[in-house]
Amino acid sequence: MDYQTFEHDVLVIGAGGAGLRAAVEASAAGVSVGLVCKSLLGKAHTVMAEGGMAAALGNVDDRDSWQTHFADTMRGGQYLNNWRMAELHAKEAPDRVRELEAWGAVFDRTRDGRILQRNFGGHKYPRLAHVGDRTGLEMIRTLQDHGVHQGIDVHMECTVVELLKDGERVVGAFGYDRERGRFRLFKAKAVVLASGGIGRAFKVTSNSWEYTGDGQALAYRAGAELIDMEFIQFHPTGMVWPPSVKGILVTEGVRGEGGVLRNSEGRRFMFDDIPDLYKHQTADSEEEGWIYTQGDKNARRPPELLTRDHVARCIVREIKEGRGSPHGGVFLDIAWIKSRLPNGAEHIRKKLPSMYHQFKQLAGIDITETPMEVGPTTHYVMGGVRVDADSQMSTVPGLFAAGEVAGGLNGANRLGGNSLSDLLVFGKRAGEYAAAFARDQQAGVVDEGQVEAVARTALEPLDRQGSGEASYQLQYELQDLMQSQVGIVRNDAELRQALDSLQRLQERVKRVEAQGNREYNSGWHTALDLRNLMPVAEAVTRSAIERQESRGAHFREDHLGKDEEWGKTTLVIRQGADGAMELRRETIPPPREDLQRIIEESQKS
Amino acid sequence: MARATFRIWRGNDEGGDYQDYTTEVTEGMVVLDAVHQVQAESANDLAVRWNCKAGKCGSCSAEVNGHPKLMCMTRLNSLNLDEPVTIEPMKAFPTVRDLVTDVSWNYEVKKRIKPFTPRPPDAEDGTWRMQQSDAERVQEFRKCIECFLCQDVCHVLRDHRLHHEFIGPRFFVYSAALEMNPLDTADRTEELANDFGVGYCNITKCCTKVCPEEITITDNAIIPLKERVVDKLYDPLSRLLRVFRS
Repeated sequence: MDYQTFEHDVLVIGAGGAGLRAAVEASAAGVSVGLVCKSLLGKAHTVMAEGGMAAALGNVDDRDSWQTHFADTMRGGQYLNNWRMAELHAKEAPDRVRELEAWGAVFDRTRDGRILQRNFGGHKYPRLAHVGDRTGLEMIRTLQDHGVHQGIDVHMECTVVELLKDGERVVGAFGYDRERGRFRLFKAKAVVLASGGIGRAFKVTSNSWEYTGDGQALAYRAGAELIDMEFIQFHPTGMVWPPSVKGILVTEGVRGEGGVLRNSEGRRFMFDDIPDLYKHQTADSEEEGWIYTQGDKNARRPPELLTRDHVARCIVREIKEGRGSPHGGVFLDIAWIKSRLPNGAEHIRKKLPSMYHQFKQLAGIDITETPMEVGPTTHYVMGGVRVDADSQMSTVPGLFAAGEVAGGLNGANRLGGNSLSDLLVFGKRAGEYAAAFARDQQAGVVDEGQVEAVARTALEPLDRQGSGEASYQLQYELQDLMQSQVGIVRNDAELRQALDSLQRLQERVKRVEAQGNREYNSGWHTALDLRNLMPVAEAVTRSAIERQESRGAHFREDHLGKDEEWGKTTLVIRQGADGAMELRRETIPPPREDLQRIIEESQKS
Repeated sequence: MARATFRIWRGNDEGGDYQDYTTEVTEGMVVLDAVHQVQAESANDLAVRWNCKAGKCGSCSAEVNGHPKLMCMTRLNSLNLDEPVTIEPMKAFPTVRDLVTDVSWNYEVKKRIKPFTPRPPDAEDGTWRMQQSDAERVQEFRKCIECFLCQDVCHVLRDHRLHHEFIGPRFFVYSAALEMNPLDTADRTEELANDFGVGYCNITKCCTKVCPEEITITDNAIIPLKERVVDKLYDPLSRLLRVFRS
């Protein structure tokens, strides 16, 4: 089999925020770095992040501190979070944000010229450093432009098919380039996974074609453990109309700027159900909610800014009970603020420029005049590769993971804004520790037999032309199945049906075919992506069956409410010796004493 | 349901031809949806580059009825569907396959531009102070999603193929963002004049017209850069001073 060979000390797979930050750090540590991106450089999903990055800079409200950010993150994650990760994240995020400015990011400013911060769901104080509603673009471009001058080798439009091992240790990866379909062998002393999420396992998603659970599946097949896979974040506000844009994200920033949710009767239905955990933090009148969004420090936040899991479920309730909008969503109204602000329309265009354009161009709607129609969309996976909090190394030596592909920081639900900061904090740590690991290691030996076998597997869909099933069709079926039976509202019977269907689908995936040749052939690429989507979908479904309670993003209509025991339990998945998926429960160690005190204090105020 | 015909260029760097595909058109569809539908129904191996499908990543650039566009932001109801809709790859770059072009040249150009070089921090905690109005001038340029449609439409690249001596509108915008960043201390005027070919631009504003982010490329980025070059390198008075100094 023909392939090109590349050697790097550290290989980073994925070039969104986490991958770029890891590559920058490893490179600065003096090791050689290869960066593999599935798309062109700078196009990864980080670019879609709108609202901002959470960091307790205290520029807008000086009462903020890492302790409050830590407590907010734990509360949002319903205390299933890896508390050490939540601690590191809250402590280090401010430095990571300031560092971006030193590398050229141009954030929005406060009156006294510092980095401006905005309100977001679940954050006690205005905490999100931002650039209008295109913060992700600013972040990815800053890291990309900084990184290109460091001598990082970038492999664009290249997809990794399998990790390679020498004994227990990961020593490289094997993949293909998208343009010509030629194989590439990457030898590396350490590998960092930064490949993002699994959104393409679902039908309605904010994620692009890239997010097929590659990193989760690569790690799983390499023997690493996955945790918390039942927790999928359905973002409450995706576009619902027109059909072709269904699922595209509408930033939480709309609500942060004063946007309100209404049902078909015009009612602010978010006031109808406020969870106990958040009662004392939530406004009890529309007026109080409004003045909060305008910076009144004594006001409490409006219920639209409750956590994403809760808002999504309230929207589903309104739709199910017949109070939805014409195209099956609810109304998100920002235009109403014109009645409160003299230059309201201009203010909206300035604060939310890309939302304004998105609706104007794709839906023909002027959001300064008309409410948007929105509904939940699959957005983010809280679970992922189990990592050591400090080093981000997985349970397999030499394999690191950072960003969405890693599990732990977010517990049962992620707060908006904690993703971009996660990418920076743990991207840096993964790069730093991977570089140190690489320096301590001799190059491993790549098993030629494994390489040959992987290459043959990758070509099978093309060899099968005319005798198998089309990859797109199989992917659609998987998405339909996951959407309808493993979605926002779950129950045992449907989840078990889904598991059966997945097993039947797996048999058909074994016979997937792709027409044409190896050049830029997305039919073939989709066939290979299915190898990753299938185990990931199975992991989500098995974990969802096992967790018999409702917590955070995991909602079981047959097990309403939280269970104390489950509140201390995490679900761990790994591949057994026989190749079958194994699932076990593990007790979460209690937080360190000082952190426990911070949590308890936060619950009082 | 209505049907429409899409005349899509199929081929590679050695050549190719247009092929007609007819598919169903539904409300709200954009050109990229139609291309994907054709790909799923009748041309599984049709090559198309895309990503976010919301006008934020700049991957799906192509020429629709001869106009450089993001396919994901071009609604079918803005086109005349009684005639076949022509979709072809960008012309300023080599073709890889079908609608996909090799845009790697752009990534090489960026490496040649001096990186951001900030002045020492203003405050003891290592941070800077900047007014929102100063930030906004730079933020306009930083909206760029690197779709390279401005490069595609620029005659210096598209027709004259001067890729080796001209960096194109995208990288004038990039240079302007650095030059006008109040924190930046590097000077890029010499390169802009001598190596990057800012003088080749004759201000026809084609780039500004096609920019999906509505960046005022010519007026706000390129003309100020041209002025800097003139002030610095060709101003008779400062020229004279330079002669005396050297």
